[in-house]
Amino acid sequence: MIAEHLPALQVVVPLAAAPLIVLLRQPGVAWALAVAASVFAFGASLVLAAEVARVGVISYAMGNWPPPWGIEYRVDALSAFMLVLVSAIGALVAPYALRSVAAELPREQHYLFYAVFCLCLAGLLGMTITGDAFNVFVFMEIASLSMYVLIALGRDRRALLASYQYLLLGTIGATFYVIGVGLLYLVTGTLNIADMAERLAQVGGTRPVLAALAFITVGLSLKLALFPLHLWLPNAYAYAPSAATALLAATATKVSVYVLLRFYFTVFGAGLVVRTLPVPEILIGLSIAAIVTASLVALWQADFKRLLAYSSVAQVGYITLGIGLASADGLTAAVVHLFNHGITKGALFMLVGGIALRAGGVNFARLQGLGRAMPVTCLGVTLAGLSLIGVPGTAGFISKWYLVLGALEAGHWWLAGLVVLTSLIAVAYVWRFVEAAYLSAPAPGAARIAEAPLPMLAVSWVLVAACIWFGFDTSFTVEGARRAAALMLGGAP
Amino acid sequence: MTSAQLIAACLVVPAAGAAGIALAGSWPNLRESVTLGTAALLLACVLGLLPTVLAGGVPQLFVLEMLPGIALGFRVEPLGMLFALVASGLWIVNSVYSIGYMRGNDEGHQTRFYVCFALALAATMGIALSANLLTLFVFYEMLTLVTWPLVTHHGDNEARKGGRVYLGVLLGTSIGLLLPAVIATWAIAGTLEFTPGGVLGSASSATLGLLLALYMFGIGKAALMPMHRWLPAAMVAPTPVSALLHAVAVVKAGVFAVVKVIVYVFGTGALAATTASDWLPTVAGFTVIAASVVALRSDNLKRRLAYSTVSQLSYVVLAVAILAPLSVIGATLHIAAHAVGKITLFFAAGAIYTAAHKTEVSQLDGIGRRMPWTMGAFAVGVLSMIGLPPAAGFVSKWYMLAGALQAEHWVAVGVIAASTLLNAAYFVPIVYRAFFRAPQGKAHGEAPPAMVLALLASAGATLALFFFPHVPLALARALPGG
Repeated sequence: MIAEHLPALQVVVPLAAAPLIVLLRQPGVAWALAVAASVFAFGASLVLAAEVARVGVISYAMGNWPPPWGIEYRVDALSAFMLVLVSAIGALVAPYALRSVAAELPREQHYLFYAVFCLCLAGLLGMTITGDAFNVFVFMEIASLSMYVLIALGRDRRALLASYQYLLLGTIGATFYVIGVGLLYLVTGTLNIADMAERLAQVGGTRPVLAALAFITVGLSLKLALFPLHLWLPNAYAYAPSAATALLAATATKVSVYVLLRFYFTVFGAGLVVRTLPVPEILIGLSIAAIVTASLVALWQADFKRLLAYSSVAQVGYITLGIGLASADGLTAAVVHLFNHGITKGALFMLVGGIALRAGGVNFARLQGLGRAMPVTCLGVTLAGLSLIGVPGTAGFISKWYLVLGALEAGHWWLAGLVVLTSLIAVAYVWRFVEAAYLSAPAPGAARIAEAPLPMLAVSWVLVAACIWFGFDTSFTVEGARRAAALMLGGAP
Repeated sequence: MTSAQLIAACLVVPAAGAAGIALAGSWPNLRESVTLGTAALLLACVLGLLPTVLAGGVPQLFVLEMLPGIALGFRVEPLGMLFALVASGLWIVNSVYSIGYMRGNDEGHQTRFYVCFALALAATMGIALSANLLTLFVFYEMLTLVTWPLVTHHGDNEARKGGRVYLGVLLGTSIGLLLPAVIATWAIAGTLEFTPGGVLGSASSATLGLLLALYMFGIGKAALMPMHRWLPAAMVAPTPVSALLHAVAVVKAGVFAVVKVIVYVFGTGALAATTASDWLPTVAGFTVIAASVVALRSDNLKRRLAYSTVSQLSYVVLAVAILAPLSVIGATLHIAAHAVGKITLFFAAGAIYTAAHKTEVSQLDGIGRRMPWTMGAFAVGVLSMIGLPPAAGFVSKWYMLAGALQAEHWVAVGVIAASTLLNAAYFVPIVYRAFFRAPQGKAHGEAPPAMVLALLASAGATLALFFFPHVPLALARALPGG
């Protein structure tokens, strides 16, 4: 009975938790509710993923209105995979937030944080699970509005400006997306994604369809921070509260990538996007620009959190590069890197949050000699950093493997070379941390710094361990990604 | 124990030892006992595999499937057996030496030092026993990363610079060249398993040549010029690190991978049938000569030893690149022969530093009279480097030369002859200075007993390998193409 409605509960539970938290207000209760809701969401996503592996596709008619008239929730190989990623990060960030939020936010704002956190999670999960193009927009706005609030809660006053920047650009992105959906609705008369795909296949690449494709591409590119539309990201990540950064960095851009994949390969179809239009060429070009420039900019940051934010722009470039290759290996690389980069950056931003809490900031001057004062944290950052580089034995390596393989099989030797060479820039920026932490004399007063609080450390290390685990046991990630890639390419007309 | 369990033990023992060392960090005597115990246990595990391999068996261990179709797995073939034996055997000797050196010089961070050492040995075992290129690559990178804290041990500016070059060159070559080569091999052959006769049969000569170049320069640990800069840079490390890692484990992991790739990925027969590898003996020969010339001009003893290592490593590359059966045997033997000889030389350099605080060749006048055991062992190492009896280096050089003559490869013959003279030119004067010139400065004796014991043991091994080369020779002969 309950299991039958699991697709709805996946979103409804965190969504309902938010107003409940606002009503109850008490910080401890708010936190407990947020943890309960996010852990439930994680459990639900695992059950759904197992179910999808068994039956293929789950279709759930919201309110019993059958699609295409009602809103359909649709879980397939790709969305099941994304649901697991998003809800897993949510279920880890929620327990992490207790000490971090207590340290960074005034007490009267705690319940707000948890309420908005639940809303954001519900929005991201909704974007992933829904099978309705307009419903995607609704959830996108829920997620985005709550993200603006999460960022603005940062204690640095620059957080307000960062939030405002993101508000402007994010709104433009969402508007572009909805214009694109509107055009598609004009052409096809439906908003259901599966239905839309069927009808578009008969229409072909007419001018309104191409316009819709352009609007949706640009709108989503803003949301997923594709170069050169990434300008909102570094400040937003740098000034948001640590727990919020961990959630956003690990999930927000990833879900937008998911929606882009959904439109490219399910709605428009690989035939139109890949073979008729120069979308792959544009994506590859922009991805290279993102990887090279953002990696180089990251190298020169004075603040470690900003460095990681720029690194995220570069890593999104690797994901879109995989999409641009548009082959089985390329798409596998993209989907696997969505996951691997999600856990890697989640781990890094969580650990950095711990450092910020204890050392009062993560400027490189404050990181000097920190390896002695916070050995467990620094080891975690180093290991997750290795995953960011893509050292074998870490999750990041698996992504690099498929990306290079995809490039080689497409005959792009130079692209394979570029991928490995830019990994070396990552070595340089990760090693800035390692040298500061281990080879520098501690700053005066650093001796009094203790390890981060145990709950934060424990949750962060779950993700660090995941970075190593998924570097060896790839049965979940690679199999999931390969199934998703096959689904996307198989759906091509 | 079954052989699969022994393989697992070879990896788990040093890793668990590292954990034990970390736990025992507050009690130095207990900590050093853990190191010695772990080293002895590891050697026992490796020796346990030897009878099976000598009898022609191929013990295997499959751990898990890392990527679809590519396992994290281990398979013990003769070459890996030899490398594992050399590394684990010398770890015991080196541990005894380390204890003397680290305590004698009052070094800091000793727990970290021993932990990283044990982890480095775990990585080395992983490389030696790997069943495919991916497994080898995983442990190859791990070895680079766990030795970085050892290279930068002193934590000063010089160490930081040395560490940057070390990491930059080793990660740069492995990620930039070796990884694409591995992935390209997978794309072409559809397998990464080490297979006698090679797996790249279908590829064209041009593709093979390109791949070979990616492999040879991508395996930066083999220090083929111009990828050799990391080795002298790594000399900022404490001497025990230079001795075991940068004369044995790390550099031998490099040439081991080179031999492994040529024998089991390309196949010597398949390579000989094309022109893809014609350039390799020339590059290796150039490295042999050029590094010797640099060594000749270096006054710093460790730097001279480092360049001598660069030169000796390229002997192995040169020998295997000739692709003749006898020279492949020579290359394999040289992995063992150079290891015992060079570790002796580094041990002596560290002993001189500990007892007399001297680092330059020009300061060594008459030191043989004050440190007769140390310099006696040094002389044995020198004999091995030049390739004179009764030292191990003679045996391997004999086979290399025989292989070069067999293949009528006159360039290689010339290189070997010329470099023998160069080796003599930069090593014999040190021995001459030490014994035949009058001592200067204030008097001192030998280094601490633990160090002297260790360097006598390795010098003894250098001589023993000349008189009893049977096991390494049997392993080398069992190699396909050997």
